[in-house]
Amino acid sequence: MGNSDVRAKHGKGWTDALLGVRLQTRVAAIILTTGFFLIALLPLYWIVVSSTKNETELYTSFGLWFHGPFFLLNNMRSLFSYGAGVFGHWLLNTIFYTGVGGGGAMVISALAGYALSRYSFGGKKVIFASIIGSLLVPMTALTIPIYILYSKIGFVNSAFGMIIPSLVSPIGVYLMRVYIDGSVPHEIIDAGRVDGAGELLIFTRIASPLMVPGAVTVLLLSVVATWNNYFLPYIIFSKEALYPLTVGLSLWASQATAGGSAEQLYPLVVTGGVVGLAPPMILFAVLQRYWRVGLLSGALSS
Amino acid sequence: MGHRVAPYAFLAPFVLLYLLVLVGPLLYALFTSLFTTRLAGGITFSGLANYARVLQSSDFWSGLERVLVFGVIQVPIMLGLALLFALLFDMDLVPMAKVYRLVYFLPFAVPGVVAAILWGFMLEPQYGALAQLIRISGMGVPNLLDSSSILKVIGVIVTWQATGFNTVIIYTALRGVPRELTEAAILDGATLGVVMLRIKVPLVGKALALSAFLAVIGTLQLFSEPYILSSYTPAINSHYTPNMYIYSTAFAGEEYNYAAAASFMLALITIVGVLVVMGFRTWVEHRGGSREG
Repeated sequence: MGNSDVRAKHGKGWTDALLGVRLQTRVAAIILTTGFFLIALLPLYWIVVSSTKNETELYTSFGLWFHGPFFLLNNMRSLFSYGAGVFGHWLLNTIFYTGVGGGGAMVISALAGYALSRYSFGGKKVIFASIIGSLLVPMTALTIPIYILYSKIGFVNSAFGMIIPSLVSPIGVYLMRVYIDGSVPHEIIDAGRVDGAGELLIFTRIASPLMVPGAVTVLLLSVVATWNNYFLPYIIFSKEALYPLTVGLSLWASQATAGGSAEQLYPLVVTGGVVGLAPPMILFAVLQRYWRVGLLSGALSS
Repeated sequence: MGHRVAPYAFLAPFVLLYLLVLVGPLLYALFTSLFTTRLAGGITFSGLANYARVLQSSDFWSGLERVLVFGVIQVPIMLGLALLFALLFDMDLVPMAKVYRLVYFLPFAVPGVVAAILWGFMLEPQYGALAQLIRISGMGVPNLLDSSSILKVIGVIVTWQATGFNTVIIYTALRGVPRELTEAAILDGATLGVVMLRIKVPLVGKALALSAFLAVIGTLQLFSEPYILSSYTPAINSHYTPNMYIYSTAFAGEEYNYAAAASFMLALITIVGVLVVMGFRTWVEHRGGSREG
C-alpha cells in the first residue's frame, strides 16, 4: 500500500498520519473524551471524599474536597460495629452469593455454550431460540412467581433462593457460544477424538484453555449482576442477617432520609457505598487483560 | 461419554436450572394471571379479566408512557455519545485511551442502589455538592429532585452508568473493521467524516443494534434507580414505572394474580418494542444496501 513508512514514523496513530488530522479536531477529541472521563469519575470521587468526613462535615463542608478531621477509619469502625456488626454479615453474604452464583454461572454457561457451539443435536434450535427469547422477560415477571413458588417450598429467607436464580445467565450462554464459535476450532476437537480422548476430557483439557477470555467476560458480567442485584434479594429476604449489601444499604439510606435519630446513618451509608462498589471495580481493573465485553458486538449475528 | 450423549450432558445443568427458575415460574405466572382471589369465595377462574383491568389501569399506562418518553430521549443520547467516543478512541486521537476506556466502564460496575444513593445525595438542594457549587456562583439553586426534573436526573444516572459499557462494545466492533477498507478509502481521497460515517458506522450496525436492544429492555424495566430515589423525593410515586407499579400491586396490594397479568403485559410490550427496534435496523440496512446498488 506504500504507507508503511508513514505508519512506522507515526507509530500506532496511522489514521492520523494518513488523514493529516487538523489540530482543532485533535483538541476537540481530547476535550470531549476528557469531559466524559471526569463525569464518569466525579461521583466516585465524591463518595470517596465523603467517606473521610464525619457527619457534620458531610453536610456542611464543600462536597468535592477533603475537610475537617480525617474520619475514614472512624467511619469504617462504626460501619462494622453499628447494629451488632450487621454490615459485616451483609458483606460476607454478598461475597458468598456472588462467588457461588457468579462462579457457578460461568461454569454452567461455558458447558452449555460449548454444547451449543460444537455439537449438532436434536432440539438445539429450540433451546437456543428460547435462551434468546428469555432476555426479553421483565424481571418482575419472574421474580413475583419465583417469590410465590419459593414461599411454598421454603426458599424464602434461604441463601438457595438467591443463589439458584443467579446461576442462570442466558446472556452468558449466548456469549460463550459466540466466543467458542470463533476460538475453538473443530479440527482440534476431532484430533482429540482420533487420539481416543473422551468428550469430557476434550472439553476440560483441550477446549477450556481456549475459552478463558470468553469465560472471564461471562464471569465478570455475572459477578456484577449478582453483586448489584437488588430486586430479587429485596423480595425474598425478610431477615436482615441474610441481606446482601444492596438491600442493607438501601434500608439504611431510607432510614437516614426518614430523619430523626437515624440521621447518624448517612456517613455509614456513604462509607458502606465505597465498600460496596470497590470489589467489582477492582475485579474489572485486575482482569482487564482478559475480559472481552466487546465480544457482545459479535453477538446478534443472525 | 459418547459424542451423541455429550451435548445433552453439557447442557443438562443449564437446562434444568432454566426450567426451574425461568420456564416454571413463567408458566406458573401465566396460570395465576387467569385467576382472581377474592376475600370471600377464594380463588376463582376469571379468564382474561385481569388483563382487561391492566388495559384500563391509568397507573400502568402513565408509568409506561413515562418510560417510553424516557427511552425515546435517553437511549439515542446515550448511544450517540457511546458511538462518538468509540469513534474518537478508534482514531487514536486520544492519549491514554486505554485508561480512559477503563474509567468509562467503571460506573457500569456500581450497584444501581449505590448510584441512586450517591446521585441523590450529590443533587440534594440543601447540602448537595451541586447546590454548593451553584451557590458559590451566586445563582439560585434549582430543586433537581422535584417532579419536573427527577426524570432527567434518572436519565443522567442511567447515562452515566451505561455509556461506557456501550462505548466498549462499539469500540471493539470498530476495531474489527478491516484496516484495508479504510486505508483504501483514504487513498481514494475520502475525508475523515466520510470514513467514519459511510464506512465504519454501517459496519458496526450489529453492535449498535445490540446496544439499542439492551437499552430498550433496560428502559422498559426501570426499577432500582427510581425506587431508591423515591425515598429522597415525593416526586416519585408508587407507580412511577411499570415495574414499580407491578411491584406495588404485588407486595403492597397483595394482588398477585393481577400483578402477574400486568407483568405479562409488560413482557408483551417489551417484545413489541424490541421488534420495532429490530425492524428499524433492517430498514436502515435495506436503505444502505439499495444506495450501494
